[in-house]
Amino acid sequence: MGKVKVGIIGSGNIGSDLMIKLANSDELELTAMMGIDLTSRGMKHAQYLGLQVFDNGVDGLLDHPDLVDIVFDATSAGAHVHNAEVAKKLGKQMLDLTPAAIGPFVAPTVNLGEHLEADNVNLITCGGQATIPIIHAINQVANVEYGEIVATISSKSAGPGTRANIDEFTETTAKAIEEVGGANKGKAIIILNPAEPPILMRDTVHAVVEEGTMDQAKITNSVLEMAKKVQSYVPGYNVRTEPIFDGNKVTVFLEIEGAGHYLPKYAGNLDIMTAAAVKVAEEFAKNRANLSANRA
Amino acid sequence: MSNQIDIKLTEVALRDGSHAVSHQFTVDQVTSVAKALNEAKVPYIEVTHGDGLGGSSLQYGLSGTDELKLIEAAVSVADFSKIAVLLLPGIGTIEDLKVAAGLGAKMARIATHVTEADVSKQHIETAKTLGLETVGFLMMSHMAPVEKLVEQAKLMESYGADTIYVVDSAGALLPHEVKDRIKALRQELTVNIGFHGHNNLSLAMANTLVAIEEGATRIDGSIRCLGAGAGNTQTEVLVAVLERMGIHTGVDLYKMMDIAEEIVAPILPKPQEINRDSLTLGYAGVYSSFLLHANRAAEKFSVDSRDILIELGKREIIGGQEDMIIDVAAELEKKKKQLQL
Repeated sequence: MGKVKVGIIGSGNIGSDLMIKLANSDELELTAMMGIDLTSRGMKHAQYLGLQVFDNGVDGLLDHPDLVDIVFDATSAGAHVHNAEVAKKLGKQMLDLTPAAIGPFVAPTVNLGEHLEADNVNLITCGGQATIPIIHAINQVANVEYGEIVATISSKSAGPGTRANIDEFTETTAKAIEEVGGANKGKAIIILNPAEPPILMRDTVHAVVEEGTMDQAKITNSVLEMAKKVQSYVPGYNVRTEPIFDGNKVTVFLEIEGAGHYLPKYAGNLDIMTAAAVKVAEEFAKNRANLSANRA
Repeated sequence: MSNQIDIKLTEVALRDGSHAVSHQFTVDQVTSVAKALNEAKVPYIEVTHGDGLGGSSLQYGLSGTDELKLIEAAVSVADFSKIAVLLLPGIGTIEDLKVAAGLGAKMARIATHVTEADVSKQHIETAKTLGLETVGFLMMSHMAPVEKLVEQAKLMESYGADTIYVVDSAGALLPHEVKDRIKALRQELTVNIGFHGHNNLSLAMANTLVAIEEGATRIDGSIRCLGAGAGNTQTEVLVAVLERMGIHTGVDLYKMMDIAEEIVAPILPKPQEINRDSLTLGYAGVYSSFLLHANRAAEKFSVDSRDILIELGKREIIGGQEDMIIDVAAELEKKKKQLQL
């Protein structure tokens, strides 16, 4: 069974980081980079790698529909609407890394199995990818009535898109804490810290569990097990201390060091998004292989 | 004395003071304070959770009473004073702002860390569209050099803010530093300049006077110092001082003294003094609302709260990072135990 072919729309930081990660994948073969400016750093690198490049974005695929099976969208919420339409028309699976969220939210360790054949899935937010697995892990052993997360990222790793639409982060993450994490109610806060040298991404998860369901040992176990699963595709993902308990409340401190592929190590927030997206695409690819094997 | 108002005051006790009462203001308290401030002719009264709209959280403390009910209560008794709300992008959202405006808030104060003004663009623009007087609030102003502060203030001005505040959230600025900042903003901006101080180093009044001297015309105060840390510039005292200087605020001094004594003092959990912890906030340059959180963490982990605050200052922790208090306290406890072994 050969590798599944994938393409990237958007040659900025996220798209460039994806290029490096995909080069190391056993299941995926990156064939195309769809941008708007052939002279940009990302597009030049794509040409250097020998990829097929298009300067008309996703529309490039219209004439080369067999070039890819799965598409990563690393553009913007506004651009995603058209990108999603084209991908759907061509029957390509779409992984949305923008805040558009047309398709269902996915966190690889939580609900990916439910969406393996979806035509469009959304990767939530960096804070969501870091914290929702933990909320889910707690919720598996004690009903989470309220889940709140605080994502602190270095100012340098927050791009203009995030800055101009910061409400999208808080609103999308809060929604996904409920829909994917399983909390009855969710809230998200984001802080940009300008310290130099830049700080690593940190996330704090606060959860209030239902009266009478608190079991410290079980929660600690479940959280640490989940952290291991996330580490399998984000090696720099770490629980800083054992969970801290206070009555019905549990607090978990996380730190995410990026892999340092295209983006510096402090940009764990960007790394966890691209790593999660690659993980989702790999699972899509395995599922495709299984399906065709079953048909054979 | 002319009737022209030289300096417009904003009373922040019902917002900044929210920290000092662990966000437990009641509708009755807010109603009685706002009603009295309205009668004393205070131009603006800020009412919100201490961390702004949407601040009620495990991270900062859950509100005892929904802040929207408190805003509504204040609006209902203020026919002279305008009710202001604070919003920190990243915590509160545009939706929260719309709801507050719908309840009758007339001023939006959009706050960011001093280097992160660009996250406020949508919020400032929306506030203007909603017809609100809009303030850009540059917090932790002591952490950036003057040029950076000017650059960030210009951004907020370009988004449409009517006033830009130098906010000394840690109460760490010294008078000459306030002077340099306000002077530079006065030269570079056309909008109003404001100053918000904290009294952790006993400099709130001195800093406020320097700010006024350099051209600030919008000043924040908290009555009876009901604000985070050691509180802010004490409003009733400021009114008296400015009157002595011949600077007109339009605020009734006697009434302010009475409110401080009879209505606000009984609300305070303890008198607002500069104690070793609030002094450490100013000395270490740490966000004033960390005070009670650091006290609690010090107790839980059996460490000195001053050590926690100094360490937070060293790490350049900024406003909103209350989770770091527990994190640092847990680390200090670990170190202490290792030393004892």
